[in-house]
Amino acid sequence: MSKRLNLKERYKHMTRLGWETTYQSMDDVFPYDTYEGIKVKDWDAWEDPFRMTMDSYWKYQGEKEKKLYAIIDAFAQNNGHTNLSDGRYLNALKLFLQGVTPLEYQAHRGFAHNGRHMRGEGARVACQMQSLDELRHAQTQIHTISHYNKHFNGFHEFPHWHDRVWYLSVPKSFFDDARTAGPFEFMIAVGFSFEYVLTNLLFVPFMSGAAFNGDLSTVTFGFSAQSDEARHMTLGLEAMKFMLEQHEDNVPIVQRWIDKWTWRGYKVLSLIAAMQDYMLPESPMSWKEAWEVYFEENGGALFNDLARYGIRPPKYLEVCAAEKDHLSHQVWGVLYNYAAPAAMHTWIPDDRKLDWLSEKYPDTFDKYYRPRFLHWREMEKQGKRFYNGSLPMLCQLCQIPMAFTEMDDFTQTCFRTSEYKDDKYHFCSDGCKDIFDYEPEKYVQAWLPVHQIYQGNCGGPTLDDVLKWYQFNVGSDNFDYVGSEDEARWNDLQGKGEKPADKSAA
Amino acid sequence: MMVDNVFLALQSVDEARYIVEAIEDDNPEAKIEYQPAMMRITAPGRLTIKRSTVSEKMGRDWDPQELQLVLVTFGGNVDETDDEFTLYWGEYSKQD
Repeated sequence: MSKRLNLKERYKHMTRLGWETTYQSMDDVFPYDTYEGIKVKDWDAWEDPFRMTMDSYWKYQGEKEKKLYAIIDAFAQNNGHTNLSDGRYLNALKLFLQGVTPLEYQAHRGFAHNGRHMRGEGARVACQMQSLDELRHAQTQIHTISHYNKHFNGFHEFPHWHDRVWYLSVPKSFFDDARTAGPFEFMIAVGFSFEYVLTNLLFVPFMSGAAFNGDLSTVTFGFSAQSDEARHMTLGLEAMKFMLEQHEDNVPIVQRWIDKWTWRGYKVLSLIAAMQDYMLPESPMSWKEAWEVYFEENGGALFNDLARYGIRPPKYLEVCAAEKDHLSHQVWGVLYNYAAPAAMHTWIPDDRKLDWLSEKYPDTFDKYYRPRFLHWREMEKQGKRFYNGSLPMLCQLCQIPMAFTEMDDFTQTCFRTSEYKDDKYHFCSDGCKDIFDYEPEKYVQAWLPVHQIYQGNCGGPTLDDVLKWYQFNVGSDNFDYVGSEDEARWNDLQGKGEKPADKSAA
Repeated sequence: MMVDNVFLALQSVDEARYIVEAIEDDNPEAKIEYQPAMMRITAPGRLTIKRSTVSEKMGRDWDPQELQLVLVTFGGNVDETDDEFTLYWGEYSKQD
């Protein structure tokens, strides 16, 4: 009688499928996993705590897909988009499709690379599964959101925009940076910082927010993807613990990557902060609350746990802690200023939202930000809607416009510089400057949207030229929500207002 | 020294409700919060989901790997066997 293997034995038999190569040296077969300086004594010490094997992977992923597609179909059949809380909500989805979905694809490529190039087969198998997950996420997100593209603007050219438009270069540059690093740094950048430390701040507000605003389809693809994230978080944490346990020389290298990638990720999330506080008509929690629960509390517990390896919490946490009362308001101000070259709509929050913001940010909102929004609202009323007519200086590192203020003077723009080979480079923060100063040769090559426009590489010198090069439908995809085609369509769906032109005729 | 919380978020779906009931039985210190579309469970230092308890609640055999289908996110180190799924901070130790 054969006895069934237990989970640990199954995991061992079904993931340890590699061998010591003889026709070619192992260093030739795996050329990338040593140059970063990470020392590995025993690849067999790698273990996936979920002990997931390919056979059970296919089984559970297949089940997730069936559930998801049943709901996507039902959503489309029942015109689920008519049940949203408000048409403004759509802009959160636009930001997601333009900014996040292409990252899923980048993650797929990155983990496919690691799934080939890490010497240990346990690590390779885990990376291969994650690579497939990430491709699934990109596909299911595009598929789900395609329903909204039938009815609303700002969804149609998202991959083209991702590679060109200024605010999307922020998430794009994060992954470009990660994918051009070595395989171990990629594991810390994406597996650890992004998946473990920061993904909760990205996905949970989006999905909980979607549920709160009547968007059943997004909740479903979000949670279907998020159930994979749990495995990804485990892989990220396992990868980091593996490096730390293998050799003490790895500790300072890993620490530097943790510092770098936590800051890089934090900067990407500033777009999410604005989304959460401003784009969601109904907000389940504020950015600040999400930051406190998911970064300060959960991240804090994680870094306490890692202290036994000699790891300290990431640098600049005191900056993050001070900025949590300001971040979303400053970023929404930037998006409002530059609504012309953005494939989404902006607006001044209504009184109910302003009051909610005052309640959630009692120390800062009424003092610094409400007066600014009220001033802009007054300008709108007078027919003088404020658009910033110039292009902003971008941070060489995170690529966000120089819009953040000093945390001890909220009227002063935070602004740092470095010189490298007779050129001057500009940064939004000490964190970004530090990262540049360590690897300037890498970051002088950054593709900065504003610099590229001024260099004549983006269709021409005028705003119209650039928007044409972006492939915007000018007047449909951009500018204010109020008065937009989206607003007219939304009102029509709710049985209010004039019947708008059909989208296919637009 | 204060013990940090581990946490687990599950989708608000039928299967997950049995899992939450099992968690409440086996982890007396666990706290459950009901949030939009999900349930967030926190516990000081350690949280275990037992196959036997969940199976009893569901009235069928439940494999801890099925947790994949309803999991949203978690915080803590993970250990999974045929019989249980554990989240913990610090060094792993088998507990009954």
